[in-house]
Amino acid sequence: MSGYRLASGGRIDRDRRLEFTFNGRPMAGYAGDTLASALIANGVDIVARSFKYRRPRGIVAAGAEEPNAILQLGCGARTRPVQRATQTELHYGLSARTVNGWPSAETDLTAVLDRASRLLPAGFYYKTFKWPASGWKHYEHVIRAGAGLGYAPDDADADRYDRINAHCDVLVVGAGPAGLSAALAAGYSGARVILADEGSEFGGSLLSAAEHIDGAPSTHWIARVRAELAAMPEVTLLPRATVFGYYDHNFLTLVERLTDHLPATDAIGPRERLWRLRAKQVVIATGAIERPLVFGNNDRPGVMLASAVSSYVNRYGVAPGRRAVVFANNDNGYRSALDMQRAGIDVAGVVDVRTDPSGAWHEAARAAGLRVFAGHVVPDARGRRRLASVRTARLSADAGRIEDEGPRLDCDLLAVSGGWSPVVHLQSQSGARPRFDTDRACFVPGDPVQAERSAGAARGTWDTAGCLLEGNEAGVAAASACGFEAPATVLPSAAAADEQPLLPCWLVPGFKPVSRGPKQFVDYQNDTTAADLHLAIRENYTAIEHVKRYTALGFGTDQGKLGNINGMGIVAEKLGRPLAEVGTTTFRPAYTPVTFGAIAGRDVGALLDATRHTPMHAWHVARGAVFENVGQWKRARYYPRPGETMQQAVDRECLATHHAVGVLDYSTLGKIDIHGPDAVTLLERVYTNNWRKLAVGRCRYGLMLDEDGMVMDDGVTARLAEHHYLMTTTTGGAANVMARLERWLQTEWTDLEVHLTSVTDHWATVSVAGPYSRDLVGELCADVDLSAEAMPFMSIRECTAVGVAARVARVSFTGELSFEISVPAAHGQRLWEAVMAAGERYGATPYGTEAMHVLRAEKGFVIVGQDTDGSVTPDDLGMAGLVSTKKDFIGRRSLARPHLQRGDRRQLVGLLTDEPAAVLPEGAQLVDVPDGPLPLPMVGWVTSSYASARVGRSIALALVDGGRDRIGQRVFAPLADGRVLAARITEPVFLDAPGRRPHDRTDRNAERPDRRPERPPAGAVDA
Amino acid sequence: MNRYSILSLVRNALSHHENWQQAWRSPEPKPRYDAIVVGGGGHGLATAYYLAKNHGLTNVAVLEKGWLGGGNTGRNTTIVRSNYLWDEAAWLYDKSLRLWEGLTRDINYNVMFSQRGVFNLAHTLQDVRDTWRRVNANRLNGIDAEFVTPEQIKAMVPAINTSPDARYPILGASLQRRAGVARHDGVAWGLARAADARGVDIIQNCEVTGIRREDGRVTGVETSRGFIAAPKVGVVVAGHASVLADMAGFRLPVTSHPLQALVSEPVKPVLDSVIMSNQVHGYVSQSDKGELVIGAGIDAYQGYGQRGSFPVVEHTLAAIKELFPIFSRMRMLRQWGGIVDVTPDACPILGKTPVDGLYFNCGWGTGGFKATPGSGWAFAHTIAHDAPHELNAPFSLDRFVTGHLIDEHGAAGVAH
Amino acid sequence: MLQLECPWCGPRDEEEFTYGGEAHITRPPEPDAVSDAAWGDYLFFHTNTRGLQSEQWCHSHGCRRWFNVARDTVTYRIHRVYRMGEPRPGFDA
Repeated sequence: MSGYRLASGGRIDRDRRLEFTFNGRPMAGYAGDTLASALIANGVDIVARSFKYRRPRGIVAAGAEEPNAILQLGCGARTRPVQRATQTELHYGLSARTVNGWPSAETDLTAVLDRASRLLPAGFYYKTFKWPASGWKHYEHVIRAGAGLGYAPDDADADRYDRINAHCDVLVVGAGPAGLSAALAAGYSGARVILADEGSEFGGSLLSAAEHIDGAPSTHWIARVRAELAAMPEVTLLPRATVFGYYDHNFLTLVERLTDHLPATDAIGPRERLWRLRAKQVVIATGAIERPLVFGNNDRPGVMLASAVSSYVNRYGVAPGRRAVVFANNDNGYRSALDMQRAGIDVAGVVDVRTDPSGAWHEAARAAGLRVFAGHVVPDARGRRRLASVRTARLSADAGRIEDEGPRLDCDLLAVSGGWSPVVHLQSQSGARPRFDTDRACFVPGDPVQAERSAGAARGTWDTAGCLLEGNEAGVAAASACGFEAPATVLPSAAAADEQPLLPCWLVPGFKPVSRGPKQFVDYQNDTTAADLHLAIRENYTAIEHVKRYTALGFGTDQGKLGNINGMGIVAEKLGRPLAEVGTTTFRPAYTPVTFGAIAGRDVGALLDATRHTPMHAWHVARGAVFENVGQWKRARYYPRPGETMQQAVDRECLATHHAVGVLDYSTLGKIDIHGPDAVTLLERVYTNNWRKLAVGRCRYGLMLDEDGMVMDDGVTARLAEHHYLMTTTTGGAANVMARLERWLQTEWTDLEVHLTSVTDHWATVSVAGPYSRDLVGELCADVDLSAEAMPFMSIRECTAVGVAARVARVSFTGELSFEISVPAAHGQRLWEAVMAAGERYGATPYGTEAMHVLRAEKGFVIVGQDTDGSVTPDDLGMAGLVSTKKDFIGRRSLARPHLQRGDRRQLVGLLTDEPAAVLPEGAQLVDVPDGPLPLPMVGWVTSSYASARVGRSIALALVDGGRDRIGQRVFAPLADGRVLAARITEPVFLDAPGRRPHDRTDRNAERPDRRPERPPAGAVDA
Repeated sequence: MNRYSILSLVRNALSHHENWQQAWRSPEPKPRYDAIVVGGGGHGLATAYYLAKNHGLTNVAVLEKGWLGGGNTGRNTTIVRSNYLWDEAAWLYDKSLRLWEGLTRDINYNVMFSQRGVFNLAHTLQDVRDTWRRVNANRLNGIDAEFVTPEQIKAMVPAINTSPDARYPILGASLQRRAGVARHDGVAWGLARAADARGVDIIQNCEVTGIRREDGRVTGVETSRGFIAAPKVGVVVAGHASVLADMAGFRLPVTSHPLQALVSEPVKPVLDSVIMSNQVHGYVSQSDKGELVIGAGIDAYQGYGQRGSFPVVEHTLAAIKELFPIFSRMRMLRQWGGIVDVTPDACPILGKTPVDGLYFNCGWGTGGFKATPGSGWAFAHTIAHDAPHELNAPFSLDRFVTGHLIDEHGAAGVAH
Repeated sequence: MLQLECPWCGPRDEEEFTYGGEAHITRPPEPDAVSDAAWGDYLFFHTNTRGLQSEQWCHSHGCRRWFNVARDTVTYRIHRVYRMGEPRPGFDA
């Protein structure tokens, strides 16, 4: 219990007390607190147990770099896992809990692991857990249970997420002194500006510092600038908004948090909003992150970044401890010490690594009576659950080792500062390579490769005056690059650079060698120590990426914000190479973690993919149709009556089509309108067969290949007029066929005069099949002669149906006499209802895709995509007769390649099971010998298979090696359930096999003989 | 090589881990080797290891332009499975899977091969047909495969959404229980250490800048560290295969594309197997550290930039949220990209080239990690014998001329 | 996300476009006259350039026109957009 609320100060609202719970304990904070500051105010020391050693951990930072205070917030469907307390705004009713530690983080019995830590060096798991051979899954089980910093919710997310596309002239990332200054300058110019900051309040580092601008507390300046910006119509201000990704062509992603800071009752509307930003110019003013110092037991609760201490004291009005020591290699230690002293915290001393500190800050500290231990370090910290004291020691002249021990200082708070690291993450993401600045001992932005510039601490400028100046310059330059001129302004006055240079100190020398002394943590969350880094190098994992991956340095949820640079410094020292050569690693999105939900946006659930409905969809729904997804379409699969199984329904639908009339919604079929004098040339080039002799009013079936010779799509194309054709495609292939035709026309056959229009959605099509189809269609399309003589098979006519211009085509995919009526889509439902009404006396029955599949398979018609798989040629399907030898077409040359000419290719055949009632499962593999050692040579597979009511037994289509020469032979289908089904190879036609050549499969769409009975069968009328 | 074991760990603990040997040496390149492997990723290192182990070829160098495992080995989502449709692919990948099963012991390095099972989901009736086709083919090829119903999936993967009302409801899945994931970095390091122990020189920061040939035969490689002679050169450089082929004067039927992946923040165990969906387009597993490891398809455009476009990430996470609605509030920690070399039939090229003594191993597309040991095993055979093993003979360059493609994306489940 | 300048519609996000791969691959005018190897080259063996490459893109969610783009496959920078039928630009331009 070391932290406490200061009696005054801070930007919290002491009139608004907020109750919350931590591990079930009721606590209270104030509006303006973060969860972290409130926990400190409530005296909480331990907020987590570390990953590997289960050591107690306290709050280290005040921002995005916090590695320890990772908590589970809330519960139920709105729980928030893995949340940094330092970036969680406190709200009324917030419940937070720690995740690791048994029984609790406070008292963790698994901390015994720390005692065994010598057995757990970096990479120990690569060296062990190898026995027994199958043992890893058991070890893994235990390791997995210990890992994880939170719990995934148990329920689906109850929140919504929005997405917005936005453009701007200048995006300013970060609203600290540099960002505000940049936004203001760009705003004055009239440019469209977006200013985004991850915090709830603008001001950045100024909010945590006791600084003055223009002679007044800096918060006055912040308020004034914010008000000015808010008044500019072209400026958008986004607090609680993190720019987390910088992608190509100046595309950036930003997530705006809208409700997490509110109590549940006030959290209305979307939770987060993803901004997809295209910025002409970007100003990166993301500030810098302070580095800790790496010394023995530097993970004790109570060791905290000096800047975080200042932040808690100045911004939140809390004291993170009662008696403090400062340990720093730069002037920020003095700043923090003075902040603490001013707040009434007892400061036992400032340990400064530099032998001869000087300058304004040092003098101010001296003047304030602070005890300074120059040329000293803290090699070790004492206390377990909370810091109790630190040991000090004097450094050797070369700063490489300890000379003699200094006083031990009792303290419960150690403010550490190892210098600053500019937040170059976004700049690095943009493609630039950060450059190591030896003087300032930090990576600074490299040469830009996109339209961006950095300003302020993000480029290594630490003083407020410098930040204001650079921000202004960046804002002016960015606006100017977009064509806007910023008026000259007078910059506010602020503290200018008066800092003395830091003395880099990547690893604090200890009393013992690194491998033998107390642990010196580099990455807190992953328990990566300096000894681990040394071990990695000893084992020749010397590439920085190897070191990182071997030791897990930088792989925590802070992504190495806190520890990476120290780690690289330690590695560089150990390798004896300059840090600049060791190199940094490329930063990846996200800067801080982003909710999946926000990235997924609204494109989930029903909106995961567009859903296409035919104009008659409502009718199918009302009739209880079961649907299947075909591409984006919802197609009626079958229409079960109460109590019917699918098979019963399909049988009924098939038989009704066979004996009376079946009605199918055929609207999903792809339709492309082709106009122009060269239309027929196009058809000639994309279909395998001949089109020049097709008469107006007639239709023809065509097969389309990929350029590699494989069947890609098929369909019937009708000639409507001299230069006007209507092509149909498969439902799923429509968009692809359209795109390919357009591509050929625009890129290769630019001389052809032909125009394509996709008209799939323009027309609703009803297919009427069965012996009474002519009677029924005749009632609807009275103005056209449907007689066999006037309208032969494969012809099309313009007519009128349900009072509108329509087309009727006599084509068949079922083998039955069939007519397809098409009307403009808006009249589709009316047409369908009219057909069903008129069809009542003929026993018209709606049928779905399942019955359609059965009916077509009985006739041996293939479905591209089901009976083909991208490796099937026309000849494989028995359609060689459809392949013209007199012209070129897409894919023809490929057919001549050796492998496509082989005689033993897989060919389409029929299969009849020995047992007529047994239906081969689709996807069954076929073998010649059903038993024997594996692997069993496979000779083919079942592509389509059904219990056929019309044929009165099961039927199947299959692709079989050299199948056409194997008619009459038996094959076997060994199934996963152990059964083996035997079947005889047949022609792939099960009904009215045509009297043509047995292998000629060009009779696709052939009709069965007209066999209309005198009277419709009784009882076939659909309910 | 000092063997790794619990005992060696204890022994070294007593000496404060100050006496561990280097996992591999970093020698200066010799002027001449019997064989050179270009590319220090998993496949290249496996090739060198099996050259030494199976073929007694130890005067071998692995040349890596950066750091070992820094390409796709260190960037992939580590899925290992062998449930491919066509015999040729199934046999090659299953050879690999069998090697995975003994790899940790074989190379005395824990590659954490975790056989936690892979589900390939089916969302449409055609998916179901394709899945059955593949399951049946796998079983007859001696590869473990099951078709599981939505109810069975739900029982094994409680977090998954099997609602029939989903936009693309789960209608079933194939399950390969022997499949799983492994520790990608560990594979590269373990193979490097094992190859080094057999005498292979592993040379990092050594970029190949040219392939020297005489009379149609390879004689060595120009590198950033000078010319290195060798009568046999095996190239395994994934996304940069075309660049190396260009140095040797021929072209490859591959295109290089960005492939992106991402991880979430780590949470307690919530997903015990690997879930893959082609229709909804995403795949996910949970690492031992608790991170959800997520990937999807390639970016459409060609790219050597090791980065892709954000919409792919959006679609991927929409798919993951659709499959696992409870993951919506999890957060993306880090995303990255690799460069994958994609062939027209989604199968690799593994064999000889128009240049004698020059061998290429490429075109693994999005799914190369799973093949690491098998690919190295077969490639080593090819280099050692100057002829492919029967397992990789079908994966010749020639197939793109004869038309004998092994079309794995035609039918099913190829992505990753 | 890339931004491409459609010659007809102006700058648009990558999401509106379809990628078509390398440009200037001509279909052999007389397929029968070429060898299997030459036909295989046309079908599959392209340059897969690392660096500046001419590509076809289609503004498929806009004007549906195909056009050429000279793009660097490493930096993803767009150097030139030009219409179908126009010659491949000199890349030093």
